Amino acid sequence: MSKRIDVKDLNVYYSKFLAVEDVNINIDAKSVTAFIGPSGCGKSTFLRTLNRMHEVIPGARVEGEVLLDGDNLYGPGVDPVTVRSQIGMVFQRPNPFPTMSIRDNVLAGVKLNNQKMSKGEADALVERSLRGANLWNEVKDRLAKPGSGLSGGQQQRLCIARAIAVEPQVILMDEPCSALDPISTLAIEDLINELKDEYTVVIVTHNMQQAARVSQKTAFFNIAGTGKPGRLIEYGDTHTMFSNPTEKATEDYVSGRFG
Amino acid sequence: MTTTSLTSSRGAGRAGDKVFSGATLAAGCLILAVLFGVALFLVVQAFPALTASPDMIKGGEGFFAYIWPIVIGTLIAATIALVIATPIAIGVALFISHFAPRQLASGLGYVVDLLAAIPSVVYGAWGAAFLAKEISPAYNWLANNMGWLPIFQGPASATGKTILTAGIVLAVMILPIITSLTREIFLQTPKLHEEASLALGATRWEMIKMAVLPFARPGIISAVMLGLGRALGETMAVALVLSSGALTASLIQTGNQTIAAEIALNFPEASGIQVSTLIAAGLVLFVITLGVNMIARWIITRHKEFSGAN
Repeated sequence: MSKRIDVKDLNVYYSKFLAVEDVNINIDAKSVTAFIGPSGCGKSTFLRTLNRMHEVIPGARVEGEVLLDGDNLYGPGVDPVTVRSQIGMVFQRPNPFPTMSIRDNVLAGVKLNNQKMSKGEADALVERSLRGANLWNEVKDRLAKPGSGLSGGQQQRLCIARAIAVEPQVILMDEPCSALDPISTLAIEDLINELKDEYTVVIVTHNMQQAARVSQKTAFFNIAGTGKPGRLIEYGDTHTMFSNPTEKATEDYVSGRFG
Repeated sequence: MTTTSLTSSRGAGRAGDKVFSGATLAAGCLILAVLFGVALFLVVQAFPALTASPDMIKGGEGFFAYIWPIVIGTLIAATIALVIATPIAIGVALFISHFAPRQLASGLGYVVDLLAAIPSVVYGAWGAAFLAKEISPAYNWLANNMGWLPIFQGPASATGKTILTAGIVLAVMILPIITSLTREIFLQTPKLHEEASLALGATRWEMIKMAVLPFARPGIISAVMLGLGRALGETMAVALVLSSGALTASLIQTGNQTIAAEIALNFPEASGIQVSTLIAAGLVLFVITLGVNMIARWIITRHKEFSGAN
């Protein structure tokens, strides 16, 4: 249960402002793809267009196609709600629902799609999802406690458990470790490594070492200057991108010469 | 080496701290003192009525027999007001905060706030002169079709000046305060949590159920309590709208009375023990309000762990 994503000639606008220009990219199923680039280059904006979360921002719109195994996310009659239940998202800051227990957080998305579920099924799903997020052993004795009582790293893994509980095709991660300490980051990176066996994972990161550690393919985004649209500069195998990139800008960025 | 840079302190900053903490302490104490003063006044003034022989009290059967029908009447009127106003207020607030286009939302918010500025006597006049007349056909219908329910038992009041009309007027009066407060709270829902639910595949309404309403719950309760406080204590509107009488279960017959209206209607001509009786009624209202607020606090703190404040 994982699908590939093909993006064709995608432009992203905020009202009249062109934020991301002309992106073409093919994201493999069951692999980790990293988006890197300096702040403001449009990588997070682009990531959000992959599950139509950019539509939350007033005035944001896209031109072009995003194909999930050939089905256009922006085709006529496609409901963004359905898109998002297939393409999950983990955010920069951990955001478990503070008014829900750990257990209810995991089940939050499932309850939306599937109203009827016996307690046994729900318990099994909670355990499976929390195990999948490497969090089960830490929280199994306090499932009824609020999710907001966990540490930042645990909260982020709870959010990942919540995302995988709905069994999406793709998981998008928007700088999932930028608010976490190194130990928690390591736990999340290990988890991403495991997730790719079942899911298509796309991760935006500021941390180039992280991209090198977790991803199979890397896309480098850049902007020509303030007010100019972000562009996909280069996309390829992570190893090649970091050792022998084609573009000068990529080499400058990955070697730490700017950014 | 007695004065190092660590031990010497900036005198002015310290003084400012002390003045500020003193001022806040004084403000806090003032509230308690005023509340205590009011309570003390009520108890002292009410005492003669509480200890007087039964035949001295209005009705001739003692204070308890006098007070309990109007306590029930007060609670009925306030309950009607809350039952009507709370869902409408939350609906309007949600519409303004999450559904309406921006221009419409700000205009609508302004109109709602304007409702709060209308004096209660105007609401009372509107209720007595307009609403009561217009609504009495509906009461007849209720009496004819739903009369088997004790609360809609006929014959309906011909003037429409019933406790239900009073409750509806109260509902309109408390609508703006509940709407304004809940709207502010809905707007404060963290974007983070709204996005979390949308990213799980929630529709707008599901997002509101999942992220907005649970987050706003303590605030909704507080807003409703403020509205309830106004409904319990409202005097002029009820005095004008309700044609009062003995306690009856039917909401569409003439009858019932609220404490605040009872005090307002009788106080000008009262003397001696009658004044004490009315003040004792005020004391009872004070205790009811206090009790209701304590219950609300308890409900809020019971779920503190899950409030989102941590």
